[in-house]
Amino acid sequence: MIWTRYIDRRSFVPLLFALLFNSPVPAQQSGSPTSAAQTDVGNWVMPAKDYASTRFSELDEINSGNASKLQVAFTFSMGINRGQESAPIVVGNSLFVVTPYPNILYALDLTKPGAPVKWKYEPKTEASAQGVACCDTVNRGPVSGDGRIYFNTLDGHTIAVDAETGQEIWNVKLGDINIGETMTMAPLFAKGKVYVGNSGGEFGVRGWLQALDATSGKTLWKAWSTGPDKDVLIGPEFRPFYSMDQGQDLGVTSWPPDAWQHGGGNVWGWISYDPEFNAIYYGTGNPGPWNPDARPGDNKWTAGIFARDADTGAARWFYQWSPHDLYDHDGVNEQILLDLNWQGKPRKVLVRAERNGYVYVMDRITGEVLSATPFAAVNSSTAVDLKTGRLQMSPDKEPETGKVVRDICPAAPGAKDWNPTAYSPKTGYLYIPHNNLCMDFEGIEPNYIAGTPFVGANVAMKAGPGDGHRGEYTAWDISAGKEVWTINERFPVWSGTLATAGNVVFYGNMEGWFKALDAQTGELLWQYKTGSGIIGQPTTYRGPDGHQYVAILSGVGGWAGVVVANELDTRDRTAALGFVGAMQDLPTATTKGGMLYVFRLP
Amino acid sequence: MQFWLPTVFLVAIYRGQKSDAAMMRAIMLLALLVAPASCQREERDLTGSVPEKPAAGIEQSVLHPGDGNNPAPARSKYEETAFDVAEGKRLFQWFNCSGCHFNGGGGIGPALMDDKWFYGSSIENIVATIKEGRPNGMPSFKGLVPEKEVWQLAAYVRSVGGFVAKDVAPSRNDDLNAAPAENRAPTPSPFNGKGP
Repeated sequence: MIWTRYIDRRSFVPLLFALLFNSPVPAQQSGSPTSAAQTDVGNWVMPAKDYASTRFSELDEINSGNASKLQVAFTFSMGINRGQESAPIVVGNSLFVVTPYPNILYALDLTKPGAPVKWKYEPKTEASAQGVACCDTVNRGPVSGDGRIYFNTLDGHTIAVDAETGQEIWNVKLGDINIGETMTMAPLFAKGKVYVGNSGGEFGVRGWLQALDATSGKTLWKAWSTGPDKDVLIGPEFRPFYSMDQGQDLGVTSWPPDAWQHGGGNVWGWISYDPEFNAIYYGTGNPGPWNPDARPGDNKWTAGIFARDADTGAARWFYQWSPHDLYDHDGVNEQILLDLNWQGKPRKVLVRAERNGYVYVMDRITGEVLSATPFAAVNSSTAVDLKTGRLQMSPDKEPETGKVVRDICPAAPGAKDWNPTAYSPKTGYLYIPHNNLCMDFEGIEPNYIAGTPFVGANVAMKAGPGDGHRGEYTAWDISAGKEVWTINERFPVWSGTLATAGNVVFYGNMEGWFKALDAQTGELLWQYKTGSGIIGQPTTYRGPDGHQYVAILSGVGGWAGVVVANELDTRDRTAALGFVGAMQDLPTATTKGGMLYVFRLP
Repeated sequence: MQFWLPTVFLVAIYRGQKSDAAMMRAIMLLALLVAPASCQREERDLTGSVPEKPAAGIEQSVLHPGDGNNPAPARSKYEETAFDVAEGKRLFQWFNCSGCHFNGGGGIGPALMDDKWFYGSSIENIVATIKEGRPNGMPSFKGLVPEKEVWQLAAYVRSVGGFVAKDVAPSRNDDLNAAPAENRAPTPSPFNGKGP
């Protein structure tokens, strides 16, 4: 797999820079061979597309003029009828895709008609792991690097498989289902390391991120999300921008005694990598339990974002989106690294559409919040104070034990959950697939029993303001800090999205429609009804025949769709952590499925 | 039944009397007779005894090669006393059963208020499910939950499924009411796969 290494190491980073630095492009001067660059343009080697997490493809064969002619090229049955949140990735002549539990990894041969299976890898995932997966038994995708495919299993293994042969290279057990620990995130591969984190924020699992050696699977370092500074890898390099994040051992002192040991802050979302500053950026999940009365204090370092040295893991800065989170507002969403002209000055920023309802633009060197603007209905907070960095909560929406607080917006899955946004440098817009949900919330006494849920809340969700629509797809002008257009969807938009140089954006809805929109205007160019609701991540690639393809998994599930995937009873509005309250009509709109669809022009 | 019996008496007495005064006397007499009977409560077992051995086994399958005989599952005293079912409801929260099954609708675990029972709906089956666990995610609570409380939990789970008499099943919560109360669960039909 020499060529893969060649692409990853030599051309990928400069390509990323080319993408990042819109105006003068310094990194381009390092010069990358055109052929290699093009090969990489045609690949989709990681769910986020690139280290900056733009989910933007330079391919433009499919464009706003011809997208209406898209048709099915081939399909592939995943054989598992649970939520398909995974991203199909493409390296050279192969497409790699991983199923929900039991996490079977398939390689499809794109050189042959109908893309038959090239190999199959079955990790023999422990069946009992299904009992500690909070929100359906999903997996968010594999990642490629140095000729290997890396992915996580629900029972807490990270596995490397030879991309050519499907032979297991290493398999390490990092999580323990007996404390409720699972792994659902897509790893990040960068600089010969594989970065992985755990899930389990609803089980009182203490969150961590680990860097593994890509050749052996050996743990190079492990950074906890709670506890003493030495566990969190906080040292002399740590310079948080705001005073609220400064101090010694805040991961212990911002909790009641010992509560940090079951405090969550799991790293189940997205990691970005900035080669220039050799930094990784990732968010931490909700504090446990949900009932905030059980954990007075800011609950560091949960519901925030870390910048760390990519080699040593040493923390550089931290910012807390939701200090003392009240609503299960995990901070794990994707951060898009951009070099923007911000108010007349070039700034190196990261952009996040956050669960608490705000689009944040932050200086990614210092951790300063440059702006935070609501992109959905928010009444749980009033603003982000840019002087202190602190989210200003609304006292009348604060949960209490034994009291039902009604109509809190956004609901527990937030204005936007895990499903990633895309950024198009052509339009300058961020494309945000998101929710329009509110909830009733009652705090109840939590009881920690290892391996069982640690939540302490009765929740019932409902549609947010409007005509009962629960999902939205928004184009957001980052520089102007405002919405350009929004498309309402009946159900939460739980799929990811992608943008292309062909001025097209793609996403799917939970009824099963896969859609292509004009990236500028939002005009619907084409749609195709797949067999089941879509909660997956679309990707696009150039096939061995030189033509552009678009891939998406169909198969409803995830937290929003588990009502269908696990056949829940819709009479209980508190079911599935309260999501069923807002999804009582989903079983009438779609059925279970698990199918890869790939489209192309005729 | 206890309600109908005095009514029949009342009608019989009324027919045999002529005056209103006599009628009043008859009602007073009846009230005196009925009052002590109304104080009769369901019996609560305070010894903590539990069935030593499930009466009819805990078969998972309705297929019985050879004779086709399905032994009828026995009812347990635990599902016939409101106290035990109410205790089961408290324990259902306490042992975090509600963290996966919520108020019966399910989430991580399956719904309990519907009429699908992967591992059987008899109280023996539910007791076995709680103690032994099941392969697709149900944990084994053996050693964590005392035996008597397992039966109380199982009795409560039966009430969520509508198998328990309406005067035994719990009624509406003091908590967020987002699901029908257990005593409003529809009585399962014997033909819909729910079992007894």
